[in-house]
Amino acid sequence: MREYAWLIAFIPFVSWLLIAFFGHRFKHGGDKIGIVALTISLVLATMVLVETANVAMQGEALGAHGPALAAAAAQAPEMKGESPDIGPTFDRSITWIKIGSIDITTGFQVDPLTAVMLFMVSLVSLMVHVFSQGYMHGDVRYTRFYATLSLFTAAMLTLLLADNYILFVISWEVMGLCSYLLIGHWFEKPGPMMASMKAFITTRIGDVGMLLGIFLTYWATGSFAFKDIAAATAAGKVAGPMLTAMAVLIFMGAVGKSAQFPLHVWLPDAMEGPTPVSALIHAATMVAAGVYLVARSYPIFHLTGEALAVVAYIGGFTALFAASIATLAQDIKKVLAYSTISQLGYMVMALGVGGYTAGVFHLLTHAFFKSLLFLGSGSVIHALHTQDMHEMGGLSKKMKVTTWTFIIGTLALAGVFPFAGFWSKDEILLAAFNSPFKLLFWVGILVAFMTAYYMTRAVTLTFFGKPRDHHKFEHAHESPSNMTVPLIILAVFATFSGLVNSPLTGNWFAKFVHFGAEHGETSLLVTGLATAAALLGILVGYAIYGWNVIDRKKAIRAAGPLYTALKNKWYIDEIYDATVVRAYMAFSAFTAWFDQHVIDLVVNVVGWAGYQMGLACGDFDLEVVDGAVNGVGAGVMAGGSRIRRVQTGYLQAYALALFGAVILGIIVYQVIGG
Amino acid sequence: MLSSLIFIPLAAALVIALFVPRDKVNVIKAISVTATVIPLVVVGLIWSKWDYATQAMQFVEQHSWIPSVGVEYFLGTDGISFSMLILTAIMSVLACIASFGIKHREKEFFALYLVLVTGMYGVFTALDFILFYIFWELVLVPMYFLIGIWGGPRREYAALKFFIYTLVGSVVMLVGILALYFQSGLGTFNMLDLTKAAYPLRFAWWAFLALYLGFAVKVPVFPFHTWLPDAHVEAPTPISVILAAVLLKMGTYGFLRVSMPILPEAMKTWAPFFATVGLINIVYGAFVALSQKDLKKLVAYSSISHMGFVMLGFAAATPQAITGAVYQMFSHGLISGMLFLLVGVVYDRTHTREIARLRGFYITMPVWATIMAFASFASLGLPGLSGFVAEFLVLVGSLNVYRTITIIAALGIVVVASFYLLMMRRILMGEPMEEWKKLPDASPREMVTLIPLILLIALFGILPSTLINIINPSVLSVVAKLGGS
Repeated sequence: MREYAWLIAFIPFVSWLLIAFFGHRFKHGGDKIGIVALTISLVLATMVLVETANVAMQGEALGAHGPALAAAAAQAPEMKGESPDIGPTFDRSITWIKIGSIDITTGFQVDPLTAVMLFMVSLVSLMVHVFSQGYMHGDVRYTRFYATLSLFTAAMLTLLLADNYILFVISWEVMGLCSYLLIGHWFEKPGPMMASMKAFITTRIGDVGMLLGIFLTYWATGSFAFKDIAAATAAGKVAGPMLTAMAVLIFMGAVGKSAQFPLHVWLPDAMEGPTPVSALIHAATMVAAGVYLVARSYPIFHLTGEALAVVAYIGGFTALFAASIATLAQDIKKVLAYSTISQLGYMVMALGVGGYTAGVFHLLTHAFFKSLLFLGSGSVIHALHTQDMHEMGGLSKKMKVTTWTFIIGTLALAGVFPFAGFWSKDEILLAAFNSPFKLLFWVGILVAFMTAYYMTRAVTLTFFGKPRDHHKFEHAHESPSNMTVPLIILAVFATFSGLVNSPLTGNWFAKFVHFGAEHGETSLLVTGLATAAALLGILVGYAIYGWNVIDRKKAIRAAGPLYTALKNKWYIDEIYDATVVRAYMAFSAFTAWFDQHVIDLVVNVVGWAGYQMGLACGDFDLEVVDGAVNGVGAGVMAGGSRIRRVQTGYLQAYALALFGAVILGIIVYQVIGG
Repeated sequence: MLSSLIFIPLAAALVIALFVPRDKVNVIKAISVTATVIPLVVVGLIWSKWDYATQAMQFVEQHSWIPSVGVEYFLGTDGISFSMLILTAIMSVLACIASFGIKHREKEFFALYLVLVTGMYGVFTALDFILFYIFWELVLVPMYFLIGIWGGPRREYAALKFFIYTLVGSVVMLVGILALYFQSGLGTFNMLDLTKAAYPLRFAWWAFLALYLGFAVKVPVFPFHTWLPDAHVEAPTPISVILAAVLLKMGTYGFLRVSMPILPEAMKTWAPFFATVGLINIVYGAFVALSQKDLKKLVAYSSISHMGFVMLGFAAATPQAITGAVYQMFSHGLISGMLFLLVGVVYDRTHTREIARLRGFYITMPVWATIMAFASFASLGLPGLSGFVAEFLVLVGSLNVYRTITIIAALGIVVVASFYLLMMRRILMGEPMEEWKKLPDASPREMVTLIPLILLIALFGILPSTLINIINPSVLSVVAKLGGS
């Protein structure tokens, strides 16, 4: 089956072509094409996952590829030279570019990491495809929406299948393009216009760093292919500052794509796009691709402690920073957006502290519950036509399915037992706890508390209490089944997907997706602290917003500048506008002025002088040239008398110049050459 | 074979000039299209018989011409020039079709256009210096008239500027050629033979300078670039297309065909300078483009920026970098040609190129706008399209040679992205303007010129070996001469 894995990405690609060029001829604008395509992809992805898992488990039973061997390798330094085991890898590649002896290949691979990601992406994408039938119903650009959704999914799946950085970068950028197009779906409005541009440019800054990192890696290891690079780094071909530079530059790509501080500013604005897009691209898949990038590049990262520290601290800071903004956001999508940034920071932090399995695991569970939450918010927005939580309230009475699935998503995100987030968050905190980064463990606990708090706040404001906008509330209704069914399916995954890495399944996931051997002993202390933080967060959130135990107006006054700073998202956008953006545009204006008024002025002065000389030389009567000119001119230029006059003068000068050139050539020869 | 590329358009130009009455516009157009399509077919035939393994010149035609001074009629093509012939063949057909929009003095226009095509084929096939020079100048003259007569309001200024600039450049280049001729002592203008002579370094440096001025003006390299925006803005659409797609490549082709193989030692001393001006072109061009208010000027400055990658690739002289440079020459030809076609489409309808006066074209002219977005993304180097392959190879090939310069050049990519996205936001997005609501979308004739480019840009982005296999042996021979790895 794995040899056909490329079909998983190729089918949505065909679907894109069909919808883009023929979609408008179909009754429903081609949406069914996308849904059918994704269903096939999901089936194939499931088959690939099952096969990969079988191969991996057989391998483990035989002890050929299992963690046991890798553990032995890790313990025995003399066996250095083997790249840490990542499970059974199926790889097929062909030559893409051949320059002399330089061979740049491209191809696809399936290993456990790819297999689980393929399944997650095709499932979430299918859910979003179905949900959008209801949410986007009657949209002016319905067909374009579905076409771009298909292309995006194809690119994301290609990214996961890529066995080298080139194909990775190609699909990475095509995803960026789709993200740009979908954020700007309603491009006649100023918000999406600005947001789409901002998203593309901001992520591109990170991309340049990533490209340079990949190029450095190429020079250091001689290849773009993951397996060659892993072999080269494991063999110790690269070391020291070079390795760190490679890793940190590659990480810049993740900082842009996964919206890590300081390039996080585009993601909240990206909420201008349709909500299903936010669920798929800006919560579950594309933004997680940055985390995937780090995981995929782990053969480089795990050898450089400096780079891992950068990764860990950026992730940890982002997790805390974004969570702080989420506590006061008023727009339900903005809460989820900052929550996504924060959770991505969590995953990045996990990879930084050495928790490879933990980071990937959280990436998967987060994809399910965060897309669920986004689609749930979409269901609410669909019903109320507002995103402002201060205009919501009391919706639990009218939207039962949406409410309960949203609550499930919240519990999963907050990390309450036994929901998915509980298991993956626990893994991350455990990894941090067992690492030298003790500070980050406490950051993680604090973020867990804040996450539970702001999600409780969002749930309470949206679904409970009294409706704050009666007019909107009157018109609210539960969404149609094509929207609620995806919610229910995702809720099932948000509830149970964490169990794949629980004692119940014998920590199956950790045995399947791993980087070398990871030894994490479960710690009741960590689990206890994490659960306490989550429950406390829920309690405080409900106390403030449900029971109204404190006067919020007074609290705001007491918080003073902190409140203002948080409300204004720590003024990061304002700071960028006032410094970077302004300097950038000013420099551009200066260069344009310089080009026109300095360089061109010199040119014009020189040209004018030459022209005067040309006219003066025109008095030289060069019969032959003049005759030739007039001969040509008679045929071509009849009527263009003015042009001809100028031209004649020029050709005379030209002939003179030619003559001069010959003389000069001889002189040069005599002086220099002779 | 190669002679037919030169003489078919030339013969057609003469037929149009001498025998076709000026009111038979359709006959003129039919002849012109035929005279550009036949060379395209010939190029296709050459491709089918192409020897991918050899570094030698293929399809050589060599006849004595002026034996007393060693001038020959000597044509031939290798991977580098053949890639340029493919580009010329494609773009000359498309620009010819785009020229159907010319509405006055068609007879002169098409006759001059075909002379221009002749010159371009000549430059890319000539292997004798004098022949090369003749074709080089042959391009210049019709270009001057095509801008000066059919151009915009400031056409005379622009045409003159173009003419003086390139004239001065080519005269200095001729000095260089003559110096080489005398210094070599071989008594031949044969470009291949001249590569075998040894030149003292001090002489080589000066000769290189002379050639540099001639080629750099055409590229154009900072600070000799200011003729380009003016010429582009005033030139009629098809001429802008040819100018950007093919003419600029003559400059970089000159470096590859003349400067680098004949004066490799001098090239080595010049390389850091090439890298520096290449970087200036990339970054400065992009920043100037960002502040342009005229759509066509914006595209013109983007050309300046993109040609900087070619210069950087030459400087690095690794196999990847020079392959990338040649790939950029080809890819930029397709992409910038397409952008100028697109600007022409909207200018024909609105009679303005002012960015501030255009808005909401995704709604007003959806097909045009979508293709415009495609071309912009192609130009900003979106992976999967041809421009990415070129920039990728240049940057990867240069990184180990000029680390700092390459890193800054890579940042230039962000600047390029920013001005294209800003332009798209202003022109394509937003509410449509009342003024342009009734504009018709791209016509079938316009689509005929655009669709092949879309397909080619995608093809060469996904399957770069199609072209790289052709240029590879010749690139390696240049690299070997420069002592690269």
